[in-house]
Amino acid sequence: MQDFPYLTVLTGLPLLGALVVWCLPKARPELAKIVALAWSLVVFVLSVVMWIAFNPGGDRLQLRESYQWIPTWDARFTFAVDGIALVMLLMVTVLVPIVILASWHDADKSRRSIPTYFALLLLLEFTMIGVFAAADIFLFYVFFEVMLVPMYFLIGSFGGHQRQYAAVKFFLYSLVGGLFMLAAVIGLWVVGGHTFDWVALTNSDFATNTGRWLFLGFFVAFAIKAPFFPFHTWLPDAGGAAPAGAAALLVGVLDKVGTFGILRYCLPLFPEASRWFAPWAIALALIGIIYAALLAIGQNDLKRLVSYTSIAHFGFIGVGIFAFTTQAGTGAVLYMLNHGLATGLLFLVVGMLVARRNSANIRDFGGAGKLVPVLAGVLFFAGLASLALPGTAPFVSEFLVLIGTFTVNKPVAVIATVGIILAAAYVLWMIQRTMQGNLNPTLVDEPAMRRDLNLREKLVVAPLILLILFLGFYPKPVTDVINPAVQATVQDVGKSDPAPISGTTTEAAVK
Amino acid sequence: MEQTIEYAHATGVLGSVWLLIAIPLVSSAVILLLGRRSAKFAHWLGTAAIGAGFVLTLIYFFLLRDQPNRAVERNLWEFISVGSLKVDIGLLFDPLSAVFCLLITGVGFLIHLYAVGYMAHDERRHTFFGYFNLFAAAMLLLVLGNNYVMLYLGWEGVGLASYLLISFWYTRPSAATAGKKAFLMNRVGDAGLVIAIFMMFAYLGSTNYADVFNGVGSLSFTVVLMMGLLLLLGATGKSGQFPLQAWLPDAMEGPTPVSALIHAATMVTAGVYLIARSNAIFSANEVLQTVVVSVGALTLLIGCIIGAAKDDIKRVLAWSTVSQIGYMFLGVGLGGGAYALAIIHLLAHGFFKANMFLGAGSVMHGMKDQVDIRRFGGLWKLMPWTFATFTAGWLAIVGFPGFSGFFTKEPIIVAAFEREGWTAWLYGWAALLGAGLTAFYMTRLWVLTFLGPKRWTEDIEHPHESPPIMVGPLVLLAIGSAIAGGLMASPVAKWLEPPLPAEAHDLHPVMSHGVITTLSLVLTFAGIGLAYLLFRRGTALVEQPAGVVVTAARRNLYADAFNEIVFEKPGIFLTRALVFFDNRGIDGAVNGLAAAVGGGSGRLRRLQTGFVRSYAMSMMAGALLVVAAFVAVQMGWLS
Repeated sequence: MQDFPYLTVLTGLPLLGALVVWCLPKARPELAKIVALAWSLVVFVLSVVMWIAFNPGGDRLQLRESYQWIPTWDARFTFAVDGIALVMLLMVTVLVPIVILASWHDADKSRRSIPTYFALLLLLEFTMIGVFAAADIFLFYVFFEVMLVPMYFLIGSFGGHQRQYAAVKFFLYSLVGGLFMLAAVIGLWVVGGHTFDWVALTNSDFATNTGRWLFLGFFVAFAIKAPFFPFHTWLPDAGGAAPAGAAALLVGVLDKVGTFGILRYCLPLFPEASRWFAPWAIALALIGIIYAALLAIGQNDLKRLVSYTSIAHFGFIGVGIFAFTTQAGTGAVLYMLNHGLATGLLFLVVGMLVARRNSANIRDFGGAGKLVPVLAGVLFFAGLASLALPGTAPFVSEFLVLIGTFTVNKPVAVIATVGIILAAAYVLWMIQRTMQGNLNPTLVDEPAMRRDLNLREKLVVAPLILLILFLGFYPKPVTDVINPAVQATVQDVGKSDPAPISGTTTEAAVK
Repeated sequence: MEQTIEYAHATGVLGSVWLLIAIPLVSSAVILLLGRRSAKFAHWLGTAAIGAGFVLTLIYFFLLRDQPNRAVERNLWEFISVGSLKVDIGLLFDPLSAVFCLLITGVGFLIHLYAVGYMAHDERRHTFFGYFNLFAAAMLLLVLGNNYVMLYLGWEGVGLASYLLISFWYTRPSAATAGKKAFLMNRVGDAGLVIAIFMMFAYLGSTNYADVFNGVGSLSFTVVLMMGLLLLLGATGKSGQFPLQAWLPDAMEGPTPVSALIHAATMVTAGVYLIARSNAIFSANEVLQTVVVSVGALTLLIGCIIGAAKDDIKRVLAWSTVSQIGYMFLGVGLGGGAYALAIIHLLAHGFFKANMFLGAGSVMHGMKDQVDIRRFGGLWKLMPWTFATFTAGWLAIVGFPGFSGFFTKEPIIVAAFEREGWTAWLYGWAALLGAGLTAFYMTRLWVLTFLGPKRWTEDIEHPHESPPIMVGPLVLLAIGSAIAGGLMASPVAKWLEPPLPAEAHDLHPVMSHGVITTLSLVLTFAGIGLAYLLFRRGTALVEQPAGVVVTAARRNLYADAFNEIVFEKPGIFLTRALVFFDNRGIDGAVNGLAAAVGGGSGRLRRLQTGFVRSYAMSMMAGALLVVAAFVAVQMGWLS
């Protein structure tokens, strides 16, 4: 089963789908929607087969394919995945069909072509798969930049209030980050023996200063993408203006490219620089956890609120990555997946609510639970997952990040733990202001607010809820895949897990 | 620790102990997923699920008695396995979890039955039973886990159920606020608990009970102290103890069966369970024990003082719960044989407090949800069953000779006098004083509600007795209130050892046993007598001006005001300031920079005319923040 060119097909398939959907007649929007959905489901099935073909105990990079591309630079179409990339790919292929189903009517009101909207979603899937599957640094860079294009159009053409401002801001931020990375990629090529091959480059050593500068180039790009404090201000604007489905992909997947990039490129390529910069990176992440949570509490716009919660969550991921322990690292990667599911769900259900009220302003709600009880229940569940309640998947990842960090740096773990109290505050206050209390009289005049979730919407949220619960009680299938890759990364950085401080006595007692 | 703790693998029927959690969980899922379609049968399904749990618990209980070391473990599946961290979904059925399971399913069954009648007119009764079953499942997980992570799962699960049930009538702003307050204050405690779990892994490499308890001996004084204080923080949050007591009285916004089951009989005693379960940690450090004792003694007095000033029947009972749990904390803090005394008082309290809460619910049911005791009076004639059963609960809680409290509270007071040196006098007298005050405020409640002249109006309230489905559970609980304490006291103490430590026989109280009992009885009767004399003729219908102490007590000793001034107001100011800072400062700085780099004319001009200073200020603030965080991180690496 390992011989099938999974990654090439998996990457190419959505591109082909995007072309097909784009060519469909504008007069028959339903056809475009159905084809897009079916296409993304085929991609999903293929990714599941690939998951089965992947051997968790095998080589670090598997399913490798390499084709010639630009021989003079030795840039190649090289695809390969480790456990981390595999989990990210599955997250993409799970979320895209759900988002397509959720976006069914998002483009209807727009003056633009409906098939274009769904073609853009598939195009986005193509770039998202490519960026995670690439094992050639130049190829990665190309996908990293191309990814901006479909998202720019999704926000700029199909978004809500202030969409042009948000789209341009998103584009410029990412472009600036990309330029830093381009400089670092070229630098890497020059000092790394004129190759872009990830395996070859991880095996080469760089002078201390060179490594640090190159690290910084990559890190700035990824920190903007993730985003980490203080590079975060584009996200609330983009998340607030993007259509709900695109916002779910933006925050759920695109941002993960930043943290994925750090794990795949910064840490293994520049271990010395990673150790040197780690305290700064953790400091930024730590500020993000507290700062963004406080800002989330202060938001009056639902979509901006969710965007800020995301920044806080990325703080946890950042702490987990730079703590350099197996638990914290595995927790960080698991967090990336769980955050995609939980925040994806939160964005989608907030989108359903906002679409009914035609407003994202929290003041326009109040007591809505009475009108739409099922929607309120789903919003509450998504909120619980977002505050990492035990029993939901995010708990496991947050717990792993914190416990792993605690073993090496107690103050950081303790400060980050304060974040779990703030998370409860922003979620519950949001629920209270929208769903509980006296019914806001303006809601009664909105006929759409009397319609609870329909079948399509239930089909959107059900798989996410089931996955969040399943992984909340049985995360092992995922952690078993992530764990070897994280262990290898921690080894690359030259770190190992500390033994229990009084470990010897415990072992004696066990014997 | 000289001896190593080991648990046998559960085999045979005991291997199915997970059913205790699974049955209510499945029932809850069915009810909540079916929604309104389950309305016809949800209450019976929910009640049957708990009833089945009670029967099963009895079977397991008798099987456990015949086990060689009376503790069996069952690891169901691997939950987390990353590096050296291994956490199983694992259960432990031992004497301590067994008595809790009996309490949760036994008293829980009666309260479920009562709720069938109490909630009959609520259109969301099915949802109520869905949440109620969810609570039972989480609570059983809490007491059945074999490691701290399982305990934490249950801990957060009951917190969730508590939140859902406090704000069950979510359209009332006060109910929504009370639910949120409970969840948030609990989260503060939870943060302590979870950091204690991190410490266990960092220092001992495990979160399993057996590994942690066996390893405590190898830890330094400071580490044990820190770990214990963090566990205590968690316990105070869940159990409504000082300094996290303010949420519990507000939790009375929930339907009365919720107050009875969750906020009196079971969930709020989880903190006592946590400390008793962790007795190996707490007994290992005397400073730690003194802190627990102090929290218990202080809270039991706080509860009495505020309880005496309240006029809402449920709030009086809520503060009395705070106070009674204070006695339990006092017990577990005293250590040694007092661990078992605290658990026994907890069980007895489960009966009599559930009894009185349901009695209060019965009164409210007959009085159109009136809760103000100033507007009751003379109800004994109209609600004879409620009156009789409530009286049993009242006699039990004040420690009337022959009733439960007499057998379970008394030994804790004696144990407090067994401490070394002057602290015996301090804590002993606190406990004694509490007994007198308890007698006073509970008698006030009882007299104002049932005796004296009627202070309600016929055309608004039509007092009537509750239906049999509510009276039945009341009668059974009243019998329990009366006799459970006396019956349980000595066999349960024996049953609980181990896991709880045995009683030390070389301890002597600073006053003789007889003197303490006499003093306690004198104070109790004085309290009863005084309250009767003051309130037998009823009371004014509106709040009267009062002195400093009573005013303070009416305001919950200013705990809410303190929280508002110290946390809420500055918190709101901080979030607002940060929102401004983020929009104008960081975002503005970046936009300004972009404009400057691009040479944009309009933006640039605006930049030069005034905003520069605020950008510069905020960039500096940001830089300072980063440096401060960096320093904190560096300190962490060094330590």
